[in-house]
Amino acid sequence: MSILPSDIPGAEPGSPDAVTTRPEVAEVSREVRPAPPRYRNEIGKYGIYRASHCADCGRCVETCRHGVHVRPEGYLHVMRPYDYRCIGPDCKNSGSCCIDACPQGALRLSDNPVSGTMGDHRWTPDLLMSTWAMAETGRPPGMHLESEVGASGGGFDRLRFRFPDAPPPHLRREDITTRLPLNRRDDSRPRIAIDVPWYGGGMSFGSTNIRALLGKARVAKAFNGFTCTGEGGYPDRFVPYKDHVITQVATGLFGVREETIQRAPIVEFKYAQGAKPGLGGHLLGDKNTPSVAAMRGTVVGVPLFSPFPFHSVYSVEDHKKHLDWIAHVNPRALLSAKVSTPADVDMVAVGIYYAGGHIVHLDGSYGGTGAAPNVAKKNIAMPIEYAIGRVHQFLEAEGIRDRITVIASGGIRTPADVAKAIALGADGCVIGTAELVALSCIRCTACESGRGCARGIATTDDELLEMLDVEWCTQRLVNLYAAWRQMLVDLLYRLGLDSVGALRGRTDLLTHLDYENET
Amino acid sequence: MPAKYAIHHTTAKPRFRPIGKLGIVDWREDCSGCHNCVKRSCVYRLYRDEADSLRDEVGYLDYIYQCKGCLSCVQNCTKNILTRVVNPEYRRLGDGYYTPDLVLSTWYQAETGKIPVSGAGYGGPFSGPGFDSMWTDMSEIVRPTRDGIHGREYISTSVDIGRKLPHLSFADGQLNVDPPPLVETPLPVIFDRIPEHWNRGAVLAAIATAASEIGTLAVLGEADIRENEGSVRGQVVPFLTTPPAPTSPSGRSAPFVMIPDGPDAMAVQAALKRDPSAKIVAIRVPAVPTAAGRVADLARDGADVILLAFDSHGMEQGTSQPRHARDVLRDTHATLVRQGIRDEVTLIASGGIAAAEHVVKAIICGADLVAIDVPLMLALECRLCGECRRGQPCPIALEEIDIGFGVRRIVNLMAAWHSQLLEMLGAMGIREIRRLRGETGRCMFFEDLERDSFGRLFGKRKSGS
Repeated sequence: MSILPSDIPGAEPGSPDAVTTRPEVAEVSREVRPAPPRYRNEIGKYGIYRASHCADCGRCVETCRHGVHVRPEGYLHVMRPYDYRCIGPDCKNSGSCCIDACPQGALRLSDNPVSGTMGDHRWTPDLLMSTWAMAETGRPPGMHLESEVGASGGGFDRLRFRFPDAPPPHLRREDITTRLPLNRRDDSRPRIAIDVPWYGGGMSFGSTNIRALLGKARVAKAFNGFTCTGEGGYPDRFVPYKDHVITQVATGLFGVREETIQRAPIVEFKYAQGAKPGLGGHLLGDKNTPSVAAMRGTVVGVPLFSPFPFHSVYSVEDHKKHLDWIAHVNPRALLSAKVSTPADVDMVAVGIYYAGGHIVHLDGSYGGTGAAPNVAKKNIAMPIEYAIGRVHQFLEAEGIRDRITVIASGGIRTPADVAKAIALGADGCVIGTAELVALSCIRCTACESGRGCARGIATTDDELLEMLDVEWCTQRLVNLYAAWRQMLVDLLYRLGLDSVGALRGRTDLLTHLDYENET
Repeated sequence: MPAKYAIHHTTAKPRFRPIGKLGIVDWREDCSGCHNCVKRSCVYRLYRDEADSLRDEVGYLDYIYQCKGCLSCVQNCTKNILTRVVNPEYRRLGDGYYTPDLVLSTWYQAETGKIPVSGAGYGGPFSGPGFDSMWTDMSEIVRPTRDGIHGREYISTSVDIGRKLPHLSFADGQLNVDPPPLVETPLPVIFDRIPEHWNRGAVLAAIATAASEIGTLAVLGEADIRENEGSVRGQVVPFLTTPPAPTSPSGRSAPFVMIPDGPDAMAVQAALKRDPSAKIVAIRVPAVPTAAGRVADLARDGADVILLAFDSHGMEQGTSQPRHARDVLRDTHATLVRQGIRDEVTLIASGGIAAAEHVVKAIICGADLVAIDVPLMLALECRLCGECRRGQPCPIALEEIDIGFGVRRIVNLMAAWHSQLLEMLGAMGIREIRRLRGETGRCMFFEDLERDSFGRLFGKRKSGS
């Protein structure tokens, strides 16, 4: 199925939602293929410098197993080292070290000074680089990168798994399932299940490059998962992937139409979001381009505020009315409610179940992709690590834990975070920033400045949009998902578990580095 | 409805080139001269004029402040000769409490009057000491106003300063008590005395004028008021050192004065109150470990207002194991509540209030309002380099500051803080900051969340972690 430009309402030739690359093919392969970085000088942990007395003998090309040294067919000179692939000093013991092999002594290894300037406590340089490596290769990153935890000093970063001495002898990696059922209500609605226990979070058309959004939709299709529209409306270019797109109903109700509710397998109510719990959204006027305005039914160039909260919901009864409304418009949709993490998050979750929700999506306070006041990002609502356990226990005590799916988000950076969230009591996760990092976001956090993201990801600027390509975005995300799945399966194998479902609530498999761990 | 309280801000560009975090360094000797320089394509157009301004050192270095660190130029350079570096001057800014990030953020707010906004989630540590181990609450559905925090309805940030009666009493249908005088400030922030080494040029005049422009108060020493006679007007609180000079013009005319604590503090207060003009007297109590008891004693004896003075990092004074204001305020508040006198006295927290979130958190812990000092100086571009304390010239020539500029910067900072207070109150579903005092139920403390979530699973927390 293809979408031609004429199918798209309000699309001018050259406008961001006109088909500027070839129309998407609805079929998307899960196959891993190399997706090299889109910048000439990718940033790695180490630098390899080749001195001018290199004799171009090519010994380094033969020696290196990591693709640092390349001499294309028919070329005399060896290319400038792809040093971002270098695994560093540990290579010395591997027998494939270019520095030792070089007869001229022309190669030198050092730390890359740029890598130390990247990232922050939650997304360390190593986490950024390991995500890039996964997105390029589809494989787990090398041991030279700390790819499991950040340096925030709490929560996931201080939790570790307690592995048994040896996995059960009969357990085979290929038998481990990562499938996650989303409908546990035992009602007439479809038994939707996804192949990996995470899906893509909502980013709106208007905040994010449509090509990145399409990449997200396509990887959702490839992995039989989901992406979410965010609150910017449902671009027609999503239609080929409609079985994998969640329609979000947020407080601004931008782009919410009968047909976008009816075509969605899951409809998500966004009550609040972790990036700015308790605050409304704000799309800057500059980002409200003609195509965005057409999608949202607004005037070009006007800043768009999403109020907080839903002004039609002031009680749990109102919430039920909301869900009933969607349930009747689309009798086949699963209902999800995305909430932030206040002190009474456990009560909120119970309320969502009794109002008819299939999924409670908890968005912790440290996550989010969109621009938000720093004061809110840091201070309002609790981190997701605390909320998961509270909700899980409360639902268990209420006797309804197995009738609702708990999804955690807000700071899920790695497959290890996914596993920890599940061990704490979630069923699965939603990821956002990790996907953007795979598309080479460096978390400079200037998403809202000037023309928008300088890396072409969170922007609607015509020129910056051109920096991304749908195929490339898709492949980077496919590779990321494949690597995550492989790492998650490996983790389950080492834990001796045959499914992600078996990991849920297994806090006995966790330890915390700041505790005595003697209970 | 009365007019809404709003602080108007107008951009006040810094006088000196601010210190930026990131910069791009190039190694020109290896440049291939490809004439395709990627710096020219900077999305933020920082390098457009670089070639022209090479001779002009100021212009050339400007971009170190503005570079957003997107790495586009570094990653696209033909010869890979560009490197991003963290400005070493940035690393040296401030100290462990007034971190470089906090200083830059304060400068931004003082320049623009706007709330700092950024994308991609929170990148800071999971939690930290003091106020960083508190999260404020939010509500999924309840909102204090029906049309948003900037809508038609009010979220009040006003507080009253002064003694309050435990209850009213009536005789023959008439009020038969005289309620003590109160001062109302529309913002729960007053400006405290700044240390002597910062008292240069028009600094004090700017602080006092800014206070009166936004309707709050500024505490100034008596001598400072005399020195700035003429330029210091408006809502000034004289700090009267003992013995108070009843003849001092400022002490006589001001409706609100501050005195240091001492054995005879209540006697001094009584002497001041004999003045025919009804006076509010604030007693400045150093936050030493016995302060909670002292505050309670003073409150019982009839003190109007007590300012609890922490050190500049919000820590207790005069002890080798100081507690943070967070814990001292909770302790003090609880002591007053237990003795049934909390509502009669106004408690001001001073010292270590460095950001808008600290205002909210100090009030949640039990203060009625806060007093600030260092942020005022940061607003005036201070780098906390400490040269002034060592008797060296100020690198940003504070003594030459223009009063109008200083006022704008401080007003802008308060405008940004006010907006942030509204955001946090809005998220909590609170419409009235007076109701937030001591409302620990509107926040979550690190140790409680850890105990409930992880203590249950992993036992005792290791000491020192």
